Amino acid sequence: MALDPGGLTAPPAVASAARHAPASAGALLRGWWRRFARNRGAVFGLAVLLGVVLLGGLAPVLAPFDPLAQGVGTPLQPPSLGHWAGTDSFGRDVLSRIIYGARIALVVGVVSVALAMLVGVTLGLVAGYYGGWLDVVIMRVMDGLFAFPIIILAIAMMAIMGFGVTNVIVAVAVGFVAPFARVTRGDVLAVKEEPYVEAARLAGVASPAVILRHVLPNVLAPIIVQAALRVSGAIITEAGLSFLGLGPPPPTPVWGSMIAEGRNFIVMAPHISTIPGIALMVTIVGLNLLGDGLRDTLDPRLRR
Amino acid sequence: MARFVLSRVGQTIAVLLTVSVIIFVLMRMIPGDPVLMLLGDDFTQDAYERMRAKLGLDRSIVTQYVFWLGHVVQGDLGDSILQHEQVSLLVWQALVPTAVLVTASLIVGVLIAVPSGIVAAMRKDTAWDYGSMGFAIFVYSMPGFWKGIILIWIFSVHLRWFPAMGYVAPWTDVWDGLWKLVLPAITLGTFFSGLVARIIRSSLLEVLETDYIKAARAKGVRQAALVYRHALSNALIPVVTVIGLQFGALLGGAVLTETVFAIPGMGRLTVTAILNRDYSVVQGTILAGVLLVVLVNLVVDLTYAFLNPRIRVT
Repeated sequence: MALDPGGLTAPPAVASAARHAPASAGALLRGWWRRFARNRGAVFGLAVLLGVVLLGGLAPVLAPFDPLAQGVGTPLQPPSLGHWAGTDSFGRDVLSRIIYGARIALVVGVVSVALAMLVGVTLGLVAGYYGGWLDVVIMRVMDGLFAFPIIILAIAMMAIMGFGVTNVIVAVAVGFVAPFARVTRGDVLAVKEEPYVEAARLAGVASPAVILRHVLPNVLAPIIVQAALRVSGAIITEAGLSFLGLGPPPPTPVWGSMIAEGRNFIVMAPHISTIPGIALMVTIVGLNLLGDGLRDTLDPRLRR
Repeated sequence: MARFVLSRVGQTIAVLLTVSVIIFVLMRMIPGDPVLMLLGDDFTQDAYERMRAKLGLDRSIVTQYVFWLGHVVQGDLGDSILQHEQVSLLVWQALVPTAVLVTASLIVGVLIAVPSGIVAAMRKDTAWDYGSMGFAIFVYSMPGFWKGIILIWIFSVHLRWFPAMGYVAPWTDVWDGLWKLVLPAITLGTFFSGLVARIIRSSLLEVLETDYIKAARAKGVRQAALVYRHALSNALIPVVTVIGLQFGALLGGAVLTETVFAIPGMGRLTVTAILNRDYSVVQGTILAGVLLVVLVNLVVDLTYAFLNPRIRVT
């Protein structure tokens, strides 16, 4: 790739470098927080996320019963003082299962997106920075993966790997690699032409160091936004897999399979399906609002 | 325009080839020896070798892929181990109900999204705006399968307005077919409407800021006429793109919706096949699903270019 020496000597290089100096990070963060705190939806989303984290983290303390213990109450009992969310067909406490279910939802959501981000961002950085045949090969594979509907790709992965939490995480992660690679590559293409990157390159800094120290920090905002938006998708995908019976095997307390189990008792005991669904939905609404808020406040291109 | 069409078709073929490689590799990753599965417990080494040769497994992986692709292109997806039927036939039969569901959902989605998007944009920052956008986020965030169960609970169990499940092709019995389609189409259609309403709102707001709208307004055109005659046609263009971008999500949602309403479509075929380890069927449904998504995207892109001449040049 040919360099543009004009960009190096031009005065904006100095201004641009100053803008990216780490000293302003605190101020940037404070400015961002002011914008974020004004966004009511985003704050609500953050509160929901913290709530779910607390619920999952403190599950052993908060859950009134063992989520796997059968017969802690009469089966199919509607919500009461003893069992706030009622009991399921095995006489298990639905509330305790929802609380433990938050753990799995969160772990799958966060870990699968983190995994997808790690792989996708690396591929995107490599494809965008080095270009050439590497770019072509990586991005064609990403195009192919991108064509798969997420849930269908996840279903295919589960068919190959078999059921279980780890496999669900991998299956969901595979579906989210392509979006991360695309977003990263697109921004790397723009950033690598910036004078400060060229300066580093011409000063003899090795490519991996240039990528990590100068390119990555400047493409991070859209990646964070993408990650925040994808966590809800990952949780929905996991719930969908579990609902289809392709998720973590029973009796693991998972929201998706709880909803599926309750479907058979929708006439007699509608709470078995509806209450875990409310937990799932509030989580998803919260994460979507948080993601939207982060997008509106972090991504300067969308800021109005 | 011809060049645009050609390059877009070329890209589509490239994507499909990549997809075929991915599916081929995925299918080879399945644990277990297909030869052993076909032969059962009692066989000789000679029979094993012959079966391997018959399946082409003794050749190089590249030859195997080319061989496999040749069959797939001709629509030969092999036979279902379980249903003793050609996979292509099974997939085709399952594709029809899914296509019906997706089409009905698109219609329901647009019918909800267009008015609520317009209202939100025209009464920006009022209760109307917050109400319809809140509703959009709400229905979009509701997991489809759970929404379906809630709808069944309310409209089938309690009110008894609609049947809880089942599928009848609308062309065999129009009334019954459409009746059974109402709840599934609302389940999937509201998800889509949530997405589209937000996009109509933002694109309408953008269009209303353009010079030609300002000129029309200065000329004295009333607000309603402004929106319906001048702004809306431009604001609706992004909706076409959203259909393309979200068609995959829509198809994925259809898989789950079908399971809830016991519709004998692609979703049920795939899930049953996975649970029964009927891998040639799994391969067939996944291939068909991705093919559909890629082709819809091609059509959407071409439509978009047709609707918006500015894009054709690039």
